[in-house]
Amino acid sequence: MIRAKNLTKKYKDFVAVDGIDFEVYRGESFGLLGPNGAGKSTTMKMISSVSQRTDGELTILGKEPNQKGPEIRAHLGVVAQKDLLDRELKVWENLYVYGRYFGLSRKFLKPKIEELLDFAQLQEKRNSKADELSGGMQRRLAIARGLVNEPEILMLDEPTTGLDPQARHILWDRLFRLKEQGVTLVITTHYMDEAEQLCDRLVVMDKGQIMAEGSPQELIKKYSSKEVVEVRFGTDKNEAAAKKLEGMGDRIEVLPDRILIYTKHGEQLLSEIVEAGMNPITSLVRRSSLEDVFLRLTGRTLID
Amino acid sequence: MTDLNFVPGQAVDVNLAVRNGAWRVAEYRLRQVTKWWGSIVAFGLGNPILFLLSVGLGVGSLVDANNGAEALGGVSYLQFVAPALLAAAAIQGVMDEVTFPTMDGFVWDKAFFAIGATSVSPKQIANGVMIVALLRGLFTTVLYLGILLAFGAIPVASVLPLLFTSMFAGWGWASLMLAFTARLESDDGYFAIISRFVVAPLFLFSGTFYPLEQMPIYLQPIGWVSPIWHSTELGRFLSYGAEIEPIMFFVHFGYLALMGVVGMSLAYPKFNQRLLK
Repeated sequence: MIRAKNLTKKYKDFVAVDGIDFEVYRGESFGLLGPNGAGKSTTMKMISSVSQRTDGELTILGKEPNQKGPEIRAHLGVVAQKDLLDRELKVWENLYVYGRYFGLSRKFLKPKIEELLDFAQLQEKRNSKADELSGGMQRRLAIARGLVNEPEILMLDEPTTGLDPQARHILWDRLFRLKEQGVTLVITTHYMDEAEQLCDRLVVMDKGQIMAEGSPQELIKKYSSKEVVEVRFGTDKNEAAAKKLEGMGDRIEVLPDRILIYTKHGEQLLSEIVEAGMNPITSLVRRSSLEDVFLRLTGRTLID
Repeated sequence: MTDLNFVPGQAVDVNLAVRNGAWRVAEYRLRQVTKWWGSIVAFGLGNPILFLLSVGLGVGSLVDANNGAEALGGVSYLQFVAPALLAAAAIQGVMDEVTFPTMDGFVWDKAFFAIGATSVSPKQIANGVMIVALLRGLFTTVLYLGILLAFGAIPVASVLPLLFTSMFAGWGWASLMLAFTARLESDDGYFAIISRFVVAPLFLFSGTFYPLEQMPIYLQPIGWVSPIWHSTELGRFLSYGAEIEPIMFFVHFGYLALMGVVGMSLAYPKFNQRLLK
């Protein structure tokens, strides 16, 4: 569906995307995970054919975007980071107007709008101005709008940023259903749980480059241990405690507020720590996540 | 809550989707514009009526009573000023529908970026904005012409030539303003400045109320660059046969056409650049 080779985007002297390679296959959910400024959104814009690359090769649906932008975009659904809804138009009008841009007929759009309003749970708000909706509703409307042309690829840039936990889960459920329908999803996120929930495969990006690629499980397996013990000794005592912990577990990461110890057997390691006479203020044993993968690859946390 | 049921990629006919994008943008803009149709009609009617009552009847009766027709080429004062009033009305009408939507599209609501993510191209967006601007200009001009006719200010035979000359000026000006607005990153009150310090002087110094040659020579260049003057001269020639040198016919015509062509050719690349950067 999408093939990028040495894909590069420069803005004057700033290199936003630095020669990345990846492929996205039909029907999969592909993620770009990385902190703000990693080049995820720029990559999304190039795939969406609304930003021209500086160098490298890119094909989307077998077409070259600089030449065939409108043709490619005819089969894409784009949900930008900012919803870009028409705030003065009613909810149903936002869907209608957008459908018309793709040359869809009124006859097609009438039932389609009903379907989309159901899907986005916005039937009751159909005649409200987009401006009057809550953040979660606006995001659902933006996603419904991105689906009006029954796209082959749905592009979602940070789909749940700014939403409350309940709204996020509703959205994840919707996106999961879409994937089941055969829609290819391309998602950027800086939330590791979102990437784990939604993505079949992902690339970890940092500073315009791809650091690693694989399924969430593969990445965790490759770059982290099975479990992690998190211990806190107090901000000024963590460094000293870390020295004592050396040799325990497979690897240790010292963060400003806590120490992470990577191991296969978390509970056992925690007992050893306590037995060694160290009494952390708080402790937690958890499974490894993509956050740990990112920390390993870049030495930084995702929210840094 | 129901699931969507579709085969991805089946709904859109690509050939259809990439064509006529400008008209789809125009359809969207009309949907927006009709939300203020009341004020558009009120301005469209109010402006000419007030003008005709004050200048037309007031100044007109004074001019006509003092053998003004002789100096004006044998026509009533109202017929003399009609081409200029129409050109000015068309220009004001198109300007509103070019500047604010373009600002809105790029800066305020950023709607152009949402449209740009569809099969519509940047050039089609620019054209769509222009189509509605010209429709608005047409609407304003037709209202004005209707009122001029109702006042008995112009003969019916003048209607088509004047519609043509005023819309031609409207197009030239709208193109330039489209190119200009597409370059703005923020509002900063430019439109108020242009309205007050560009459009208003152009209106006043374009041979609107008396022939441009009556002006001191150092003020005449304002008229020479003004689309209103070129349109007015053309309108006076076409509507009642005011004397004009043959070469000037082509100069007026060419000037307005050049304005339109230059404006559009400056606007398109800027739309492209901003929407595909």
